[in-house]
Amino acid sequence: MNVPLHVRIQKRLAVPRWIELSTAIFSLLLALAVIAVLFRALGVNPIVAYRKIFRGAFGSLYGLSETTVKAIPLILAGAGLCVAFQARVYNIGAEGQLLIGAICATGLALAFPDLPAWLLLPGMFFVGFVGGALWASVPALLKARFHVDEVLSSLMMVYIASELVNYLVYGPWKGLSEMGFPYTDKFSPSAQLPRLFRTRIHYPTLILGLVLAALAYVLIHRTKWGFEIRVTGENPEAARYAGMNYLKTVLLVMLLSGGLAGLAGVGEVAGIHYRLRYPQGVSPGYGFTAVIVAWLAHLNPLAVIVTALLIGGLLVGGDAIQVALGLPVATIHLFNGVILLFVLGGELFTRYRIRLEWRRE
Amino acid sequence: MWDFVLSALRAAIPAGTPLLYGTLGEVTAERSGVLNLGVEGMMIVGAVTAFGVAHSTGSIWLGVAAAALMGGSLALVHAFASITLRVNQVISGLALTMLGLGLSGLVGRRYIGTPIRTRLVPLTIPGLRDLPVVGSLFFRYDPLVYLAIILVPVLWFIMYRTRWGITLRSVGESPATADAAGINVFLVRYLAVFFGGMMAGVGGAYLSVVYAPAWIEGMTAGAGWIVIALTIFAMWDPVRALLGAYLFGGVRVLQYRLQPLGISPNLLNMLPFAFTILVLLISSGGVVRKRIGAPAALMQPYTREER
Repeated sequence: MNVPLHVRIQKRLAVPRWIELSTAIFSLLLALAVIAVLFRALGVNPIVAYRKIFRGAFGSLYGLSETTVKAIPLILAGAGLCVAFQARVYNIGAEGQLLIGAICATGLALAFPDLPAWLLLPGMFFVGFVGGALWASVPALLKARFHVDEVLSSLMMVYIASELVNYLVYGPWKGLSEMGFPYTDKFSPSAQLPRLFRTRIHYPTLILGLVLAALAYVLIHRTKWGFEIRVTGENPEAARYAGMNYLKTVLLVMLLSGGLAGLAGVGEVAGIHYRLRYPQGVSPGYGFTAVIVAWLAHLNPLAVIVTALLIGGLLVGGDAIQVALGLPVATIHLFNGVILLFVLGGELFTRYRIRLEWRRE
Repeated sequence: MWDFVLSALRAAIPAGTPLLYGTLGEVTAERSGVLNLGVEGMMIVGAVTAFGVAHSTGSIWLGVAAAALMGGSLALVHAFASITLRVNQVISGLALTMLGLGLSGLVGRRYIGTPIRTRLVPLTIPGLRDLPVVGSLFFRYDPLVYLAIILVPVLWFIMYRTRWGITLRSVGESPATADAAGINVFLVRYLAVFFGGMMAGVGGAYLSVVYAPAWIEGMTAGAGWIVIALTIFAMWDPVRALLGAYLFGGVRVLQYRLQPLGISPNLLNMLPFAFTILVLLISSGGVVRKRIGAPAALMQPYTREER
């Protein structure tokens, strides 16, 4: 059978910027269209839902501020994941590293409530970073030393971290003034991050996120370490022959991504809740959502700022439809999953040139 | 003490059964060279599908069949992404899990708190079931437990003693050679991934219509991830999958049995996950990994023009 129409797939040598951008946008739109169909099939009016999402996230100053609030942890964790994924080290455990960061910061805040804020808050960020990095060092060492797949080990560490938070807030750290809720006591004022006007935007964390995202970009594209990270990701064999230390690279990117996720956790407890709460109360899966944020940004930490705001808006909109249409919390995972699939599929168009050709008989 | 051990062992088998279904499926998919991290998502969609169908038709078996079909269909999304579009298998599997969790939550919102009336009748063999110790340990489970056990030797036989098995394994070891030998690499991989999804769906179904039986949002609670680890633990072998699944079932059971002794439930909840990391450490040492039979082309997309 001869089909005159013929599909040719050729590998692109260079990817033009505009193609990257337009594919990302097109993939996103296509994903939203598919979700609309799914909504329709499940008896939810997609037009109503999308209008609520858009209005909720971007339709008011309050919505915009909440979108920024949700973007803060996504920028931090997402920028870190860009670095790790560039080295093809798949740290899927950012959620756990975030929770450990929150635990460490809480520990410091509860132990030294009387320290002045200028000392306590930086201290909380410091221990949060160290905690997240240490948590990530376990899968890192297991991978570099024993070839244990980091995807699974880092993920298992998420569940362990989550149970650790549960253990603390139901057990030893359970607040005396919290009337039986699984929360710790409220932080002293000096452990609370300042907020922008009447919003919940804890701007010190936001500034930290923007600066670190820029630094991550510089690290990847302008330093020797970044070069080693990229070579390790593209071709680990070549990296080895060139004398690059695989163990060092894996450890470096894991510690960085874990530390940044830890900072995101500090921001949540010190800037939003002023206490440690049950795991889903601290983070509705920011660590997992950050994977999408990073991937959507094509592993560019600067682009993460944009994608984090976009996905942050989706999270706020998700809350809005949850309340208005009575949809379960898990609905947001549907958005995450479908968007990620379409972004992945879209990559085909950036990596390859696809042409329809009429074959002459 | 003896009673405690016996009842824990007895409980370990049903607790391990969803893991066994999932692992048998993932072993098959990975043998063809495709890693599917979407097991958690396929399981939970299987769970909600089975519950929904069993609830509206009154038939557990129809529910299980529907769950297999839904799990398989979901797996095809991953197959299309990873085999045809050749995207990153790790991220694609993760996306599938998210998709499954979201979809199940949305579909299942109407089933929260509703019971299903039908139950699977335990399959008992008169005579054998009344044997002391052995009777209660081996001959008093529901049919789905036995189906999983039967699948183990069947799958083993197919994998190691038939042409189909050679085809499957060669595609996972060296797709280019298989292709040169006239095997349709893409078709084999699609089928293996589809089968993997079906099994994950049945595993989820077991949770919602037999084990629980109820629909609870997020009820797989990480079982799908344990399946991925078990696949490595089992060294891609159906027989060892059985041992691993029941072992993990046992760990799950111990969580509940040890709680009355005053051990924090949260710390006990960490057990399966800590244990999984330990298992990964034991079973995926660098040199060992080659020897234990990891499919050589695992996670490598196949393309004809880039040979």
